[in-house]
Amino acid sequence: MKVVLDHLTKRFPNRTKGEPDVIAVNDFTFEIPDGKLIGLLGPSGCGKSTCLNLISGLEKPTSGKVFFGETDVTDLEPENRGVGLVFQNYALYPHLTVRQNIMFPLQNLKGADKLSKEEMLRRADEAARMVQIEALMDRKPSQMSGGQQQRVAIARALVKMPRVLLLDEPLSNLDARLRLQTREEIRRIQRETGITTIFVTHDQEEAMSISDEIVVMKLGVLQQIGKPQEVYNDPVNLFVAQFLGTPAINTFTGEVQGGHVYIGSEVVLDAPGVPDQEVFVGIRPEGFVLDENGPFTLDLTRVEVMGRDTSVVAAHPFAQSPSVRAIISSENEVDTGAAKVRFSLKPKKVFLFAAESEERIRF
Amino acid sequence: MTMQNSQAELAKIERKARVKRVTGKSLTYFFLSVWGILVLFPFYWMLLTSVKSYSAYNAEYTPKFWTAAPTLANYRAAFTTVPLARYFLNTLIFTVATTLIMLIVVTLAAFAFSRLEFKGKNLVFTLFLALMMIPNELVIITNFVTITNWGMRNTFWGLILPSVTSVFYIYLLKENFAQIPEELYKAAKVDGCSDFKYLTRVMIPISAPTLVTVIILKVIECWNSYVWPRLITDDPNYFLVSNGIQEIREHGFGRQNIPAMMAAVVVISVPLIVLFLIFHKKIMAGVSRGGTKG
Amino acid sequence: MKKSKLKGWLYLLPAIVFLGIFMVYPLVDVFVYAFQEGFNFASQTYKGVGWYNFSYVLRDPYFLQAVKNTFIIVIITVPVSTGLALLISLGLNSIKPLKNLFQTVYFLPYVTNTLAVGLVFMILFKKTAYTDGLVNLIINWFGSESIDFIDGPYWAKMFVMCFYTVWVVMPFKILILTSALASVNEDYYKAAKIDGTSKGRIFRRITLPMISPMIFYLVITGFIGAFKAYSDEVAIFGTDLNVAGMNTIVGYVYDMLYGDSGGYPSFASAAALILFVIVLTITVINLMVSRKNVHY
Repeated sequence: MKVVLDHLTKRFPNRTKGEPDVIAVNDFTFEIPDGKLIGLLGPSGCGKSTCLNLISGLEKPTSGKVFFGETDVTDLEPENRGVGLVFQNYALYPHLTVRQNIMFPLQNLKGADKLSKEEMLRRADEAARMVQIEALMDRKPSQMSGGQQQRVAIARALVKMPRVLLLDEPLSNLDARLRLQTREEIRRIQRETGITTIFVTHDQEEAMSISDEIVVMKLGVLQQIGKPQEVYNDPVNLFVAQFLGTPAINTFTGEVQGGHVYIGSEVVLDAPGVPDQEVFVGIRPEGFVLDENGPFTLDLTRVEVMGRDTSVVAAHPFAQSPSVRAIISSENEVDTGAAKVRFSLKPKKVFLFAAESEERIRF
Repeated sequence: MTMQNSQAELAKIERKARVKRVTGKSLTYFFLSVWGILVLFPFYWMLLTSVKSYSAYNAEYTPKFWTAAPTLANYRAAFTTVPLARYFLNTLIFTVATTLIMLIVVTLAAFAFSRLEFKGKNLVFTLFLALMMIPNELVIITNFVTITNWGMRNTFWGLILPSVTSVFYIYLLKENFAQIPEELYKAAKVDGCSDFKYLTRVMIPISAPTLVTVIILKVIECWNSYVWPRLITDDPNYFLVSNGIQEIREHGFGRQNIPAMMAAVVVISVPLIVLFLIFHKKIMAGVSRGGTKG
Repeated sequence: MKKSKLKGWLYLLPAIVFLGIFMVYPLVDVFVYAFQEGFNFASQTYKGVGWYNFSYVLRDPYFLQAVKNTFIIVIITVPVSTGLALLISLGLNSIKPLKNLFQTVYFLPYVTNTLAVGLVFMILFKKTAYTDGLVNLIINWFGSESIDFIDGPYWAKMFVMCFYTVWVVMPFKILILTSALASVNEDYYKAAKIDGTSKGRIFRRITLPMISPMIFYLVITGFIGAFKAYSDEVAIFGTDLNVAGMNTIVGYVYDMLYGDSGGYPSFASAAALILFVIVLTITVINLMVSRKNVHY
């Protein structure tokens, strides 16, 4: 089932009197293809969860429409949309066993959809098998680990065979190891069921690793949609560039003059055809190449050798952050005693952004 | 303290401290036991007196702390001479009905305040809280008149109706309901669970401990209530145990049949004491969380 | 959206109806009664509006006696019960074995019918033609004369009254103070011990300030409760409290309303309002004192 958001907007009245309305979701238009896993990504407070609530029907949009397939579901109540929802804190009913939790949505079905008790049990078992918790069916949520609880929550969302599965920060409450594991699990389940899935997270690594496509949001406004690697390699603005990638992109203030990119007095790169202007220069950590004769000089702070890679931590007066991080292969020898270190840059890993609009300047 | 004689000195200090500690502990236990006896003695005395025969009791110019020939005759008298069973049944009906109706009223209101959105909610809640400060004595006069005008004196409805709401319990439950995570509600909504079903299937089971507290407190209150029943009933067919006790005392067995009176007192006290002995942890926790007497 | 708004009110409806009829309306009505002069219950008519009901009540010797009794009960039982409860809680908190047993026993009066146990107290204290009663037996052991506590001198009756009141209110206070004491962080005591602080000083400087909010809570609720004393009095002295000279303000209200002396809701309302003003004043004073002295 493909999901289409058409000029979707949600305003909330401001809590402070006299202030303008808060626009949690601002004129969203995009299409989620059938059977894909989409990561909805952005810093906290950017309207991701509101967006999810609009899709699930828990909230009604101020304007705009939501389509599931060709059907307009904007005015449908959540229970009639056929969505499954999974929360950060699992939201399992603490007084019910795993089996009862999974069966809960089925017991709400009315009229023609009503299922027999046997059918419910069979469906619950099936959903449990899907997330591999068959052995825990008689436990209470409090007797399970966070990862197990989240699997139950997913099973509960799957059991009514939803047309769309919505996951709201499903991994945030898990510890690092479980997070990785559960992430793979979600990917596997999504592949097996082929249910169109929307996954909200503030963790770009999480989104990048399992999504077919990612949607980057900021303050209610859609920034960019695309395959994770495409968005990473070709960000449309400074925000997207900074939000994706660990370690984060290094940003410098610079200037374009006569087709040359200046940071301070050094010409670090050529940018033919770009008009003269002030810019932000974004350089991915892997965009640095150690080069004694390179054009770009940094003040060396320290060197961190981490097995496969070496991370060179340095400083630069025009950098936007106190430290600049360059990742190079550990086969390179860095003179840790030196005060300066020189690099040349990989052009594909360097982005220019207009100083005012922070929009990408392509060259 | 110098280094040379420290060994002996220390031993002495140690001994002294131990003596002090032991005396302190003994005094504490003594003091606590005295209060324990003061608390238990009336119960012992009523039990003891209730098994003394009428003649034996009246022959004791100097009260005896023990009886050689216990008898259950007084209990028979308590149930036959005065309608104790009737009082008992009335109190049971009153307690169960009041508690049940109150639970429904209070739960619905707490649910509305904690889960539903509607205009004026906060204003109404503030007004409710303000009502908590109004003492019963101030409103009981009009309630007496109201129930009298409705012709409900000497009826169960007259007894029950004025005490089926409690702002305090609404507040207590609302606080408890509000602690249930928002996500559970959203999850239930997405699963097509109606508000009422969410209340009965999710909120009530989760809040069971608080509901039990409320039930316990209300049952104790009902079982011991005296003032309102006294105002509203003068037909012994509708007396509750408290009124029954007063009735027994003033007109019952004849003023001097103290053993029979005590038997009645024991019978009346037993249900709550048994309840307490079974649930004493829950009851004490419940009272310290949200109870004042009266 | 509209439906859900209506739904909220629907869930609130029972509570609003009951509170409206039995709380809000009476609250207005009590003022109406209190200011209607010469109200006749049978014909539901009144002669005029004014302060007469208040001035009558304030001149009624029964009311003045009731006020005196109530104040004596309040002034004696609140400090005695709070202090005693504090001592007992401190004792309870310092022991391990038998602690639970003591706690459970101490709580027992809370769950008993005060009317019923009051009868036992009456018997323990009462002097009749057949027996002087158990308490007098003990007094005799110490070589004193028997006293009639129930029908005898005023101070003796007041003693029984206060004794029983304290006995009744202790469970709640002990429970609250014990849990307050138990919730004081052990580390404070450890630190004080290492510093060699004396026990008295620990109590004054650490324990007392830490539990002071609870003590004030008990004092305030204690005052309010004691001002409303009534059923404990009935339990000991019977329903004819005026005859016994042991009536309380609340008792006066009920007597004005109902029973042999009843049928005067106007006087009852005036007395109830006077009581409310007294309680309110005392509570406000209490709160002001506590704001100055409670350390959190």
